[in-house]
Amino acid sequence: MGVEGIGARVVRKEDKRFITGKGRYVDDIKLLGMTHAHFIRSPHAHAKVKGIDSSAALKMPGVVAVLTGQQLVDDKVGNLICGWAITSKDGSPMKMGAWPAMAPETVRFVGQAVAVVIADSKNLARDAAEAVVVDYEELPAVADVHAAIKAGAPQLHPEAPGNQVYDWVIGDEGATDAAFAKAANVVKLDVTNNRLAPNAMEPRAAIADYDAAEEHFTLYTTSQNPHVARLVLSAFYNIAPEHKLRVIAPDVGGGFGSKIFIYPEEMVALWASKKVGRPVKWTGDRTEAFLTDAHGRDHVTHAEMAFDANNKIIGLKVKTYANFGAYMSLFSSSVPTYLYATLLSGQYNIPAIHAEVIGVYTNTTPVDAYRGAGRPEASYLIERLMETAARQLKVDPAQLRRTNFITQFPHQTPVIMAYDTGDFNASLDAAMKAIDYAGFAARKAQAKSEGKLRGIGVSCYIEACGIAPSKAVGSLGAGVGLWESAEVRVNPVGTIEVLTGSHSHGQGHETVFAQLISDRLGIPISQVSIVHGDTDKVQFGMGTYGSRSAAVGLTAILKAVEKVESKAKKIAAHQLEASEADIVIENGEFKVTGTDKAIALPMVALAAYTAHNLPDGMEPGLKESAFYDPSNFTFPAGTYICELEVDPGTGKTSFVNFVAADDFGRLINPMIVEGQVHGGLVQGIGQALLEHAIYDANGQPVTASFMDYAMPRADDVPSFNLSHTTTLCPGNPLGIKGCGEAGAIGASAAVINAITDAIGKNNLEMPATPDRVWRTIHAA
Amino acid sequence: MYQTTYHRASSVDEAASLFGKSSEAKFLAGGQTLLPVMKQRLAGPSDVIDLGKIKDMIGVEASGDTLTIKAATPHYDVATSDAAKKAIPALAYLASLIGDPAVRYRGTIGGSLANNDPAADYPAATLALGATIKTNKRSIAADDYFQGLFSTALEDGEIITAVSFPIPAKAGYAKFPHPASRFALTGVFVAKTKSGDVRVAVTGASQSGVMRVAALEAALKASWAASAVDSVSIPASGLLSDIHGSSDYRANLIKVMAQRAVAAAG
Amino acid sequence: MSTVKLTVNGKAVAVDVEDRTLLVHLLRDHLNLTGTHVGCDTSQCGACVVHMDGRAVKSCTMLAGQADGANVTTIEGIAKGDELHPMQAAFRDNHGLQCGYCTPGMIMSAIDIVHRHGGQLDEATVRQELEGNICRCTGYHNIVKAVLDAAGRMKVSQAAE
Repeated sequence: MGVEGIGARVVRKEDKRFITGKGRYVDDIKLLGMTHAHFIRSPHAHAKVKGIDSSAALKMPGVVAVLTGQQLVDDKVGNLICGWAITSKDGSPMKMGAWPAMAPETVRFVGQAVAVVIADSKNLARDAAEAVVVDYEELPAVADVHAAIKAGAPQLHPEAPGNQVYDWVIGDEGATDAAFAKAANVVKLDVTNNRLAPNAMEPRAAIADYDAAEEHFTLYTTSQNPHVARLVLSAFYNIAPEHKLRVIAPDVGGGFGSKIFIYPEEMVALWASKKVGRPVKWTGDRTEAFLTDAHGRDHVTHAEMAFDANNKIIGLKVKTYANFGAYMSLFSSSVPTYLYATLLSGQYNIPAIHAEVIGVYTNTTPVDAYRGAGRPEASYLIERLMETAARQLKVDPAQLRRTNFITQFPHQTPVIMAYDTGDFNASLDAAMKAIDYAGFAARKAQAKSEGKLRGIGVSCYIEACGIAPSKAVGSLGAGVGLWESAEVRVNPVGTIEVLTGSHSHGQGHETVFAQLISDRLGIPISQVSIVHGDTDKVQFGMGTYGSRSAAVGLTAILKAVEKVESKAKKIAAHQLEASEADIVIENGEFKVTGTDKAIALPMVALAAYTAHNLPDGMEPGLKESAFYDPSNFTFPAGTYICELEVDPGTGKTSFVNFVAADDFGRLINPMIVEGQVHGGLVQGIGQALLEHAIYDANGQPVTASFMDYAMPRADDVPSFNLSHTTTLCPGNPLGIKGCGEAGAIGASAAVINAITDAIGKNNLEMPATPDRVWRTIHAA
Repeated sequence: MYQTTYHRASSVDEAASLFGKSSEAKFLAGGQTLLPVMKQRLAGPSDVIDLGKIKDMIGVEASGDTLTIKAATPHYDVATSDAAKKAIPALAYLASLIGDPAVRYRGTIGGSLANNDPAADYPAATLALGATIKTNKRSIAADDYFQGLFSTALEDGEIITAVSFPIPAKAGYAKFPHPASRFALTGVFVAKTKSGDVRVAVTGASQSGVMRVAALEAALKASWAASAVDSVSIPASGLLSDIHGSSDYRANLIKVMAQRAVAAAG
Repeated sequence: MSTVKLTVNGKAVAVDVEDRTLLVHLLRDHLNLTGTHVGCDTSQCGACVVHMDGRAVKSCTMLAGQADGANVTTIEGIAKGDELHPMQAAFRDNHGLQCGYCTPGMIMSAIDIVHRHGGQLDEATVRQELEGNICRCTGYHNIVKAVLDAAGRMKVSQAAE
């Protein structure tokens, strides 16, 4: 590796603008003549919209327009779509209720928009919104999955009788039943995976600007995938054809999945901009984020694991109810199915698995992918089951895992996934050593003498990342391919621009992607610019989620660089009067191997653009593009072990140590990888201890601000002890697996396993609030 | 936020006079409670009268058996005041736990007491220490001042100017913070007066705001030790219950925090 | 409407604003100092922290009028020309930021923490003192490292002055 090449801990190029206050987020942008939108949102979880009277509001100062859901329908703006078709076990397609961007007739969750006020300022829009009178007829509402599927429950959509979206199955039910029939031991567990609010620190925002002369729209938006936004806005929402719509996602303040989706506010802003003939800006506040950003998780699961007499797992049965909220968000259908149940084998040899997932509508905010998306739910379930089994079978939890690890690769699980490589013993060993697992018993005894309950918890996670092979996901119902594109432009002076369809909203692409170029071409990263987030600049791309930017996006860049290198070598060979096969690239120079003849990259570039002396028939220029479609998912895996203490008086948990041993394959920038793990771990710990998006029985949200929804703060969490074990991913040339979600996937089980170890009681739901832990300690 | 008119008063008299001239005015001290409420449009005062720059209303001083904190003194200044730390260290400690550092620079004791949030910290100290709330019109004993959730003995337009705390023989505060808001899920202030009386006040727990707990006071009067609390029974009835703390959990916290407050008091 | 006069990053300004204008909106909308951010409605997240008369305050929880006559420093005002403030440099060198949205408020709070504690900082203190600033990306690990690192650098640079 060079000083700035692959494997180097390079500080980030993008940081200077962020630490000096010069980042450019959507809300920082002002356009001439810009108006401001304020949405009028339903206070009811379920109601008929009987009428909207905006006459008083329209007379207020600075009010430009009040637009309603019926006008959207009249203008034939499309309903929101769900892009992944899931088929129920009876062969029927999933049941989709219509989701208009503003509700003309029925609202189905608190916060759903019914109208929008456009005014000269944000304050004036909000003032006027209070003068709009919406006549609602309240309907009975339901928020809980079990309540929603009961006979006689309030019905959300006529298209979905019984509020059921689908009843989907995977695996071999007969083989699984047979395994259970011969089991020596069966371990049973009921688990709730708590609903979370993603809470990227930057609230969502959009600015839409319609140019009537060109019939062209520009949308600045907080998106993880601007090209997908443009595609969906064009193909399904009838906003504008793609060549008449430019989508720009500038600096974006965190996403965690929540900014994948194309939201009603973006659609309405575009449509309204054309209607009022001025740019329209909408910036959400935190409460709107709680009410309308897609939530995550929210599963209720019963699972049973069968063991033989040697403590080998022989079967797994899972039944999960997934709460989708009031509507099916863009990729929601895939989360509790192909992103969840396909990971139920965990790190273990499980010969027979059967899982059933029932998707349910409720009068709550729609649920979709949130950091990990399905995989945290699977990992949490399996790792809670393993811990429960160890306690029931009276074996060491680490040893029980070791007994069941997959050790031969590739490994075909019974639930679609074929793990390509891994070394699960290595990461378990590394984590156990880091935390001094062997010395825990003595530490626990010492803590007991000081009145504290100490516990240790292991979590061995695996995930499927590098999303995803297009053909495979297509066969499973995905509406899009999940390749990535790249273009590498060598300028005549030898500086380089890399255009990518990946989008950085904190991940550090401007640095990491430049490191690959530096590694290959031997030039400093300061000579490389990464261009992303603008559909006018980058031709197409699928964006950033599912830990895919390095494994898929960077591989696409590599493919384009290889083409650049190939052409540059031809030019260099021609200039140096050598054979192309003898040209090697070293330190920014093209050299004739074994000689002192060399030509620097800028001279090769200049030659390509002057075209005075190119090989016969060669086109001028030095610019190449590539599309890369992965052949398989990647499978990052690792072990997290957490040691903590519980205060028996208050039930409060304090961390003593938290170690992580991850296998992400090749690391491009270990500093950035560690940062991704830290952030993921805290989101996992947040789920385990603090976070819960709660609704009352009538669908009223109880946690709609940071006053009620407990976000992890610096003093809630520990510093971490990280290490890496490495098996290179054979599926891509760089050997990369992806690191963006691991922490969020693996951490929560480690925490709950440790608390339940500390208090000596196995049943404890997340979040393990002090009240809940105290109650569990003192329960009979 | 609704439209409002901002006034900066330079004296207590001017503030009172401005209030009298306005239709629906509110006093603003640090604004750490009022402004969030106004931002959410849960309050829409016609006028906001800023007390924060009135020099006579800022400062901490100890004299004889009394520590006086003027009403517009920010929490940070109380927490770091040598006079407060010497006279009633538990009070300075309490001030260091309010909100977060940025809030402590702006929030004031007067604002906290005028608002009387049922989970605020200062009411616990004020009640447990038997402080006197001084206003531009009169002096009010703490026992008469707190009248339930967000409710006080203050009359319309009355301005708290200072709070006088009798310096106790011993005092301690223990707070269990709300996991989200960082207000007190339950906070207990214990004080032993120089005459040997014991007063215990609890914030964050009761449905009717800050309260004294006679059973704890009796037990601690009999024996000033954390173990004296062990046998006290705290009923859950009348306590708050929400997603972060059920009423029986809060009842437990009252005991546990009382024990820790006594231990801290020494 | 009122005219608010204050000094921002060393420059005297006078701004006509509605009385309901918050300090953060005066900075962002009227002075185009968009480095100061808004991340919540309830004074919890700290993305809006600036220094007023040397103290770190939440500019979303102050009326602009309350800052009349004050000396305000924002994230845009702490570097000396091209020379980063030691806290800015420490955040970059320790990878104490990812998406960058909470970063300006974090840095402004962190400088205040170091000012108050000087050389007495340890990890537990830093974590406690960052209570009013929420970050969703970093898990705080590298932010804490950055603040401790900067505390050392600021001591050195003070000693040099």
